[in-house]
Amino acid sequence: MRSLLNFLIKYHVFFLFLFLEMFSLTLIVRYNNFQRVSFLNSSNAISATVFDRAQSVVDYFQLKRINETLSEENTRLRQQLQSLLLTDIENASGYVVGVDTVEAYSAKVIRNSVNKQYNYLTLNKGESDGIELDMGVVCADGVVGVVLDVSENYATVLSVLNGRWAINAKHKETNYFGPLQWGGLDPSFAYLEEIPYHVKINKGDEIVTSGYSSIFPEGISIGVVEEIEHSSGDTFQEVKVRLSVGFGGLFYVNVLKNTNKEERIELEKSTRNE
Amino acid sequence: MNKGSIWYIGLFMTAVLVQVLFMDAIQFSGLVNPYFYVIFILLLPLYVPRYLQLLLGFMLGISIDVFSNTPGIHASATVFLAFLRPYIISTNVDEQDRGKIPSVMNMGTGWFMKYSAVLILLHHIFLFYIEMFTFSDFFNTLLRSVLSALFTFVLIVVSQFLIFRK
Repeated sequence: MRSLLNFLIKYHVFFLFLFLEMFSLTLIVRYNNFQRVSFLNSSNAISATVFDRAQSVVDYFQLKRINETLSEENTRLRQQLQSLLLTDIENASGYVVGVDTVEAYSAKVIRNSVNKQYNYLTLNKGESDGIELDMGVVCADGVVGVVLDVSENYATVLSVLNGRWAINAKHKETNYFGPLQWGGLDPSFAYLEEIPYHVKINKGDEIVTSGYSSIFPEGISIGVVEEIEHSSGDTFQEVKVRLSVGFGGLFYVNVLKNTNKEERIELEKSTRNE
Repeated sequence: MNKGSIWYIGLFMTAVLVQVLFMDAIQFSGLVNPYFYVIFILLLPLYVPRYLQLLLGFMLGISIDVFSNTPGIHASATVFLAFLRPYIISTNVDEQDRGKIPSVMNMGTGWFMKYSAVLILLHHIFLFYIEMFTFSDFFNTLLRSVLSALFTFVLIVVSQFLIFRK
């Protein structure tokens, strides 16, 4: 016993080193269990407040750019409204395409990264503003991410530029769908997989959300096809997609609440149980 | 609490804030992510007990992790750095210099550059492979870690002349 104690004391530095490394590695490996532990991510009070303060300084210098993007969006919305008003209601088809009713909250991005392997955003809206887990986040150009964690006044968002998740996306023309995942290095491109060989996909085709998950309604823009890769021996083709959102310059986003979500999840669950 | 430890608490907070507010915002084709915060470990006095170096390294890493949503990644790399540091120092330093802060002014530019270059490079390589958690894309990861280490190295050497002004 005594010699064991002496041994431990003699090599205490090495054992402490081992212990701390094991602890850190456990955090990494069991990431999925820890990622929603608020004190370990950026929606906790201290880090979110720091980012909030810093962002308000940055904002001051970017007001011009923010104004420009907002006014561009305004113009685009006004044009859409105009064309909708001009549509002859009588001749429009009698059913509604989107089945989910969606409410949107506006939020400001106070923290964003694009150069890590796992990128996240932090928003200045939280539980008290109605933000909940698993809500979709979009901006005027398309899909941004999904809410990962919420605190009282802040929310952490899993960005599209994060290898830990994939969006359910589809090829707009043919409706063939598959998971879309970020490739890693370049923040402008992601890859759509599991599209069968025979589906004809052309460069420039639109890729949109499939609406098969309750996070995003159908038809929100994700990007356009940049390149199609056929690897021999594979039954699927891999589609390189140029993302429509410029992740480097995000200021304001919309958080989507699917008001039929619970009903839908319950129905899908009961079907699966049968 | 003496003057020295207050200075180090200040350095700790500055290192974390500079990292999460400025360094993480640098975007250069996804290749360069400088991790400037290691300056805190590099500038710890030479005589600090080793268990304390490890604990401080862990605290520094986990603070960065909290800000960047990467539980464990930076913590493991800074603990590794804090563990290695005494070995690098002992091979490079004369007896009478132990007990000083290993800065450019105290140890000379040549010594400091060798010392920080080795440690920064080892830290960055460890960190980038832990972040990927795989050896696929081996050379890509190596390239990113070496380029980023170079950038961090330049920043830390330059910062010496700002921190320790006469």
